[in-house]
Amino acid sequence: MTPSKAAVIRSDLDIVIARTLARDTAKSIGFGAIDQARIATAVSELARNIFLYAGTGSVTVREIEKHGRRGIEIVCEDQGPGIADVNLAMQDGYTTSRGMGMGLPGAKRLMDEFTINTEVGIGTVIVCRKWRN
Amino acid sequence: MNSIRIPILKVGNVLIASIQVALHDASAVQFKDDLLEKIHTTKSRAVIIDLTAIDVVDSFIGRMIADIAAMAGLMGARVVLTGLQPAVAITLVELGLELPNVLTALNLEKGLELMQKQDQLAEEEESGYDTL
Ligand SMILES: Nc1ncnc2c1ncn2[C@@H]1O[C@H](COP(=O)(O)OP(=O)(O)O)[C@@H](O)[C@H]1O
Ligand SMILES: [Mg+2]
Repeated sequence: MTPSKAAVIRSDLDIVIARTLARDTAKSIGFGAIDQARIATAVSELARNIFLYAGTGSVTVREIEKHGRRGIEIVCEDQGPGIADVNLAMQDGYTTSRGMGMGLPGAKRLMDEFTINTEVGIGTVIVCRKWRN
Repeated sequence: MNSIRIPILKVGNVLIASIQVALHDASAVQFKDDLLEKIHTTKSRAVIIDLTAIDVVDSFIGRMIADIAAMAGLMGARVVLTGLQPAVAITLVELGLELPNVLTALNLEKGLELMQKQDQLAEEEESGYDTL
């Protein structure tokens, strides 16, 4: 397994740090400019959710490989309140904070794979991946 | 919180703000407040926000831009975004954000041209001049 790099999310400044880490990693894997923007934007959304809803958490980024194909994996983890109704939270426009409600569904659209594991009172783990063409 | 202030220049009737650094949330909110205040005090009719140096526009910043455009509109000013990188524009649409009330132009120069054209049209309309 390739080494991973992590950003701790504690403030809005850490959102910028996390998405810069994701972009730099994506670039080193060989993703093009558009994919770099997609990956950085998805991480920006997920890191902001950690900051807004859980207060603290982490974003871990690493290179992955499958059948000779390179990709990036991003794990966003927090021990916050969790999400009671994931299907609802994944809908465009659904928000509990007067946001745009585009973070979760948007991040899913921007990445190739997106899985969310969440439990009320325990926390939320989102794993997403994108593969190079 | 210590936030970075984005300089806002007044050139004729146009306000120009060029965002040169990655905006974190507090600076983005500060920028919105500063810009609306400046539109009010200078009675500007047009605002250009140059995003050439911006490589990520997520839903938070997208929402801020939409809010600025809507509020500026209520104050009688139009907003033009310039220098939006192609990758950023594509990502915005895929994210699910469209900015329906925001004009865009390729670069600052074209943005200024667009504003001038719009001003002319508005003046001609006001004076009842037939533009055909
Ligand atoms: N890490 C998280 N922990 C707890 N709740 C979350 C988390 N991420 C998202 N949510 C919930 O899912 C909703 C939708 O999130 P999102 O699509 O990012 O939209 P927004 O952040 O604009 O509300 C949020 O309003 C919030 O209730
Ligand atoms: Mg969100």
